Amino acid sequence: MDKETPLYSRHVALGAHIEPFAGYLMPIRYGSVIEEHLAVRRGVGVFDLSHMGEFRVRGKGAREFLDGLLTNNADVEPGKAFYSAMCYPDAGIVDDLIVYRLADDDYLMVVNASNIDKDWAWVTSHAGTCDVRITNESDETALVAIQGPKAQELASRLTTENLDAIAYYAQVQGKVAGCGAVIARTGYTGEDGFEFYVQAADAPAVWDAVMKAGQDFGIVPVGLAARDTLRLEVGYVLYGNDIDHSTSPLEAKLGWVVKLATDKDFVGRDVLRRQKEDGTSRLLVGLKVEGKGIIRHGTELYQGGRRVGVVTSGSMAPALNTAVGLGYVEKGLSKAGTALEADIRGRRIPVSVSKTPFYTAGTRR
Amino acid sequence: MSSIPGDLKYTKSHEWVRRGADGTLTMGITDHAQELMGEIVMVELPPQGGDLRAGDSTGVLEAVKTAEDFFAPVDGKVAEANAALESDPGLVNRDCYGEGWLIRIRPADASQFDALLTPAQYGEIAGE
Repeated sequence: MDKETPLYSRHVALGAHIEPFAGYLMPIRYGSVIEEHLAVRRGVGVFDLSHMGEFRVRGKGAREFLDGLLTNNADVEPGKAFYSAMCYPDAGIVDDLIVYRLADDDYLMVVNASNIDKDWAWVTSHAGTCDVRITNESDETALVAIQGPKAQELASRLTTENLDAIAYYAQVQGKVAGCGAVIARTGYTGEDGFEFYVQAADAPAVWDAVMKAGQDFGIVPVGLAARDTLRLEVGYVLYGNDIDHSTSPLEAKLGWVVKLATDKDFVGRDVLRRQKEDGTSRLLVGLKVEGKGIIRHGTELYQGGRRVGVVTSGSMAPALNTAVGLGYVEKGLSKAGTALEADIRGRRIPVSVSKTPFYTAGTRR
Repeated sequence: MSSIPGDLKYTKSHEWVRRGADGTLTMGITDHAQELMGEIVMVELPPQGGDLRAGDSTGVLEAVKTAEDFFAPVDGKVAEANAALESDPGLVNRDCYGEGWLIRIRPADASQFDALLTPAQYGEIAGE
């Protein structure tokens, strides 16, 4: 049985196309995907991301515990956040996540909705003798995100916090529309924006306040379809599409969140270190369609009649008006400009390896 | 509620079919189908003169996030494909029963048209 987020009735009232996603009934789009996408690029959009999972890790051993579990360095200042991968011993990816250090001994892990149960089992099984208390707050926590160049101006109408003092990948605990919230300058769109983590019971009040104050900025509710095209345009990976247990963060070009240079020990390190020394046989690259056609997840890539890779995400990019994607190609073919062909229903169309982000005018990246 | 014109025939796979005075059939996708798909950003149509078999995939509509086949409603040949969709695929959304038609068909057997769904039968499938 699919769950409803605390904002389900708002989505119904807005006439959203609602579909099951990761066990939740989620708004896929309210009207036009392209308009929702462009609203975030040009103004501001609001997202219900309450399906995301939230684990709280508290205790004297919290930092040490997370450093042993995550590929990125957990020793950030309190008030700061970081993106990380979480790996299996074979370097395959359990999940990718954002972690907020709320205080010295208090972290908030935000994981993909589709992975909540798996991640919970994984995280709790590694607690061992660490002095930590881990709680799954996913059901009690709602997430309302506002994203776009107008996001800060809108947020300033909803909170008295000094938003200028919240850097990218930083957060404060304060109030939004009178409700207790973690106010974070994070997102998944390539634009400036804030994510408000609130109590599930407060979510409707926060959503309504955002929609009301947002009228002056032409705010648009944005569904998961545009969330996906927004992240793809800036080359962010999506778990289940671009990364999973069969891919390593080094193959996925997430080496910047894999800390091998320090003496930090973490699950997957030995295999990742070997991969770093030997190189991997394939790499995730950006792909731009040069002909007519749209590449999709599963589209096969060829060079000179030989299969050399596969597309893992693909779509029309609304702000660029061209089709783009991400995919794995053989080592040696990952240089920007490399000419490949995509097999679209038996037709070969030219694609080229491209740098990401595809969309370079974003306010954050 | 999506519109289901009373003077057309329909398929289970959400195509509409109109018979012209010259016996050719024009087809497109229904209002219900275009609403479900959202903005059509690319259309792949069969070549003129190509053979069609009822129920076979005969072209593809690409929305931003998804691609959907459309299917020949009857046996026959492609008399014409809607060239206007090449530069303006959004016609399928804006005028699915008019300017957004997909192909014109020279049917092999005129009786197949009569056996297609009535507007009332299609309305049940479209859930209205």
